[in-house]
Amino acid sequence: MHLYDLTIHEARALLDAGEISAVELTQAVIDRILAVDNDVRAYLTLTPEVALEQARAADAMVGAGLAPVPSAPAQGQPQGWPLRGIPIAVKDIICTAGIPTTCGSRILEDFVPPYDATVVARLKAAGAVILGKTNTDEFAMGSSTENSAFFPTHNPWDLERVPGGSSGGSAAAVAAGECLGALGTDTGGSVRQPAALCGIVGLKPTYGRVSRYGLIAFASSLDQVGVLTRDVTDAAILLGVIAGHDPLDSTSLDVPVPDYTAALTGDIRGMRVGVPREYFIPGMQPEVEAAVRAALEKLADLGAEIVEVSLPHTDYALPVYYLIAPAEASANLARYDGVRYGLRIVGESLEDTYKQTRGRGFGPEVKRRIMLGTYALSAGYYDAYYLKAQKVRTLIKGDFDRAFEQVDVIVAPTSPTTAFRIGEKTEDPLQMYLSDIFTLSVNLAGICGINVPCGFDAQGLPIGLQMMGPALGEMTILRVAYAYEQATDWHTRRPPI
Amino acid sequence: MVLTREEVEHIADLARLALTEEEKERFRQQLSAVLEYAARLQELDTEAIPPTATVLPLRNVMRPDEPRPPAPREDILANAPEAEEACFKVPAIWE
Repeated sequence: MHLYDLTIHEARALLDAGEISAVELTQAVIDRILAVDNDVRAYLTLTPEVALEQARAADAMVGAGLAPVPSAPAQGQPQGWPLRGIPIAVKDIICTAGIPTTCGSRILEDFVPPYDATVVARLKAAGAVILGKTNTDEFAMGSSTENSAFFPTHNPWDLERVPGGSSGGSAAAVAAGECLGALGTDTGGSVRQPAALCGIVGLKPTYGRVSRYGLIAFASSLDQVGVLTRDVTDAAILLGVIAGHDPLDSTSLDVPVPDYTAALTGDIRGMRVGVPREYFIPGMQPEVEAAVRAALEKLADLGAEIVEVSLPHTDYALPVYYLIAPAEASANLARYDGVRYGLRIVGESLEDTYKQTRGRGFGPEVKRRIMLGTYALSAGYYDAYYLKAQKVRTLIKGDFDRAFEQVDVIVAPTSPTTAFRIGEKTEDPLQMYLSDIFTLSVNLAGICGINVPCGFDAQGLPIGLQMMGPALGEMTILRVAYAYEQATDWHTRRPPI
Repeated sequence: MVLTREEVEHIADLARLALTEEEKERFRQQLSAVLEYAARLQELDTEAIPPTATVLPLRNVMRPDEPRPPAPREDILANAPEAEEACFKVPAIWE
């Protein structure tokens, strides 16, 4: 076992016992990055000096015999230093003071935030070591990380394939041992889908559970920060650090944060697991369906009751999402005008400067979505597209409300296929959008979801199982995910790289 | 096709995006395909359904209006494409 292969909780135990130091652990992960990241390309920015300095500080706390409580512990944050000395990566759409934050875009290529996002401040307050910033589809718009303006990230299980997206850099880094855990963001599946394609755990919390202060906005009614880890225990630990109310984010929920690790009992006897018939569709890869069906049998063996449920408006989630998210994006991205920050291309007039700056600063997918959103919001089309989509969103949310009256958790595939080849879907946006078909509804309904590995296809590519819970149902999905994980060994597999 | 070339140019103008001729044609095809796919929403009768803008209960969030130290001006201006004497510098809008 290499140090870089440890889970967060395994490393926590070794660090607390004094068997390894934070500097040793951090150096091992940095060496691993140097060894494999030329092939994986998970990172956009590496900050090894910052990381080693944070690691030395983490070790010094122990040497001094004290583990001081953070000066201003955030409400609900675990006491002490749950991440002391743990190397973590952060998706490059989350602001880090003094460290470039590009959103995978040319338009923010030189942007250096003057402040930390609340989630980054919380990582630091918990003692984490920050390794750098991970690759993303431009402004988190994509399902493969191929829309990064800089380079695509490669799947550690097969370097010819995508890691999923948009948090593909974070997912690949966790899978390849280039960090012990990572932050991502999930607007339509961007934590769960890459976690599925990279064979790791990815949790998208309830809308409002985690502060978005310092998260660069894509679609404000859908965006949420999530965690990517090697097992469910680590997801519970990391979520506990970042969850909670933040006065700087008026959409964050002022609800106490439970001890998520208390959900890790392994006991799911009597729990009701819903299987939505609409999530088993003709076009999906047969091996994915087989693996998910086998996982359901495993849950039944563990004492859960399997119940068929219906989410009748599932088919409409994709068009609803691809009207609402672009509409919100077209408004959020209006701020990139070349005045206060970011790229400026000087044109013949101020208006031409805006147009040239945005025309050259944004990549094709971002321009497509801004145009789609602008169209859906424009006079004459607002009712037919945007308002219609918002109404159908109500129906989709209602489907989940009714289903959760019958069951505790809903289990389905995370993605209809395993990782596809780099370049396979870049020419056809609609085909790319279809890879999010099983994850979008959770964001539209504002609920929570987690991916756990549930098998491999014939080519050795990971398959992901999705568990969806009601609003603030993180304890429930963690409980079921942990019980399943402990009864299987998929999470112990590591990619061949 | 749902969209004409003129419509694509109009949308790009509203969104302040300079597009190449090649982009206009490609976006016309790709956006038309997405809009055709989205047309399936019209199958549903939503006459009596209220829209969902956010899953949170809509409410104003208030806080005490207390002064706090602002971010240092030089940190903010450090990201500006062009700055002069503590100001963002922009192209002239009047000749």
